[in-house]
Amino acid sequence: MSGRLLVVGAGQAGVEVASSARGLGWDGPITLIGQEPHAPYARPPLSKAFLKGEASLESLALRSVAFYAEQRIDLVLDEQVAHLNLTGEEAVSASGRRWPFDRLVLATGAQPRPLPIDGADLDGVLMLRDVRDAGILAQRLATVTDLVVIGGGFVGLEVAATATAAGVRTSVVEAAPALMNRVVSAATAGFVEAAHLAAGARVFTGVRPHRLHGEGGAVSAVVLEDGRELPAQLVLVGVGARPRDELARAAGLRCDDGIIVDEHSFASDGRTLAVGDCANLPDPSPAPEPAPRLRLESVDNAVEQAKVAAATLVGAPRPYRGVPWFWSDQGALKLQIAGLARADDDIVIRPDARPGRMTVLRYRSAHLVAAECVNNPADFLVLRKALGAGVSLPREKAEDTSLSLKRYLQVAPA
Amino acid sequence: MPKVFYIQPDGSETVVEAVAGDSVMQTAVRNGVSGIVGQCGGSLSCATCHVFLAEENADDFAPVSEDEDEMLDCAATEREDNSRLSCQLVLADGQEVRVTVPEAQL
Repeated sequence: MSGRLLVVGAGQAGVEVASSARGLGWDGPITLIGQEPHAPYARPPLSKAFLKGEASLESLALRSVAFYAEQRIDLVLDEQVAHLNLTGEEAVSASGRRWPFDRLVLATGAQPRPLPIDGADLDGVLMLRDVRDAGILAQRLATVTDLVVIGGGFVGLEVAATATAAGVRTSVVEAAPALMNRVVSAATAGFVEAAHLAAGARVFTGVRPHRLHGEGGAVSAVVLEDGRELPAQLVLVGVGARPRDELARAAGLRCDDGIIVDEHSFASDGRTLAVGDCANLPDPSPAPEPAPRLRLESVDNAVEQAKVAAATLVGAPRPYRGVPWFWSDQGALKLQIAGLARADDDIVIRPDARPGRMTVLRYRSAHLVAAECVNNPADFLVLRKALGAGVSLPREKAEDTSLSLKRYLQVAPA
Repeated sequence: MPKVFYIQPDGSETVVEAVAGDSVMQTAVRNGVSGIVGQCGGSLSCATCHVFLAEENADDFAPVSEDEDEMLDCAATEREDNSRLSCQLVLADGQEVRVTVPEAQL
């Protein structure tokens, strides 16, 4: 616990590994390297409060400057690690700086997938991953009348909600038959779609963009496969992200949609660790028939998997177990998901007497495996806890909306 | 500059100089005060920043909203009359605030 710990990647997962390792008693020097010029910050507000101008970069800081100093975490910014020598225990940056290490953690994150169609390189076609992207998007949004969001996932829908509220005519194009495909049930997706429509957005599902039209080098319209043409001075591409595993791959670590790790966050050499969006891990959830492997892009996973890695580093390993959870704020909609459902899991809808709220429960045979809550944070907390504790909620009880989930699950035997 | 006094369940106290406009949760997380998780970053999604607000500060903040109220009912540590989600306690210049951190957040 007294060697040199090097963490590559200063997002939520990297910061959490560094601070948790120190908190758990790692004595030696800790270096945290980030490629952006800014101190580590929270990304979820980039598509919401930051985009609206309600949050500054400073207000998104994950830790104070004083914290890194007090915790003796050497924060290195604006440096991109270009090469890893695992046997020589050294990382080399693009600028030629060298960092010897005794233990290495990769927290390199993910990057947005580009759109592979004609016109995607036109001016006004943006992606959103970091605060620089968000700043450009905010500037452009203030000057345009028509935005097309390509991709009906969390990021796209959050930006769409923000833009619609700001008075920009917004269209969302999603290739799959429903929004947030595979992340939530069709019932929840439909509820969310209705809210976006009511807010004034247009939503096109089940259709792909064919190409982007430009005028004078700047985007002017999105042409759909079926020939429809949507005017756009601004296009946001939000079609998912791919793990940044190039460094690990080049260093000889096994990668397959991310850096392959085990339940202790060990990569294939049994010594390097990887955490967060860049890691491909065994499903940590307690559901029956869990997925063999997956990648989780969420704050929850970044934090929880980083804590597991920190425990591994200090010699007190514990396997990663937990109920993954996600949230997405889209205008007035607060969507919260606990657990990982599959497309073929059953759906039990609990409508709410109060308008604008809904809870959907997902069952795999007799087992509750996931919950999707819209504007129902209390249901979410109760269900997340129940899922984590393996507390059962018989389906017929779930269907009875006169039953208080909180009361039932708190008195039910574990 | 606002100041926050965090009292741990064992009675130990941490004092943090805060930034006006930040919440009691953000101030804790940024400065490594243990026992306040704030995993959702303050978007009222996780209830892991539950605190007990000192009586003298009871009127210093906006009242509990409907969502906060429902979430406090489901916090990991049993709710009390002075329970708040600290992400909803936004600090103003010159304010001094005392909160007690509960035993568990998750």
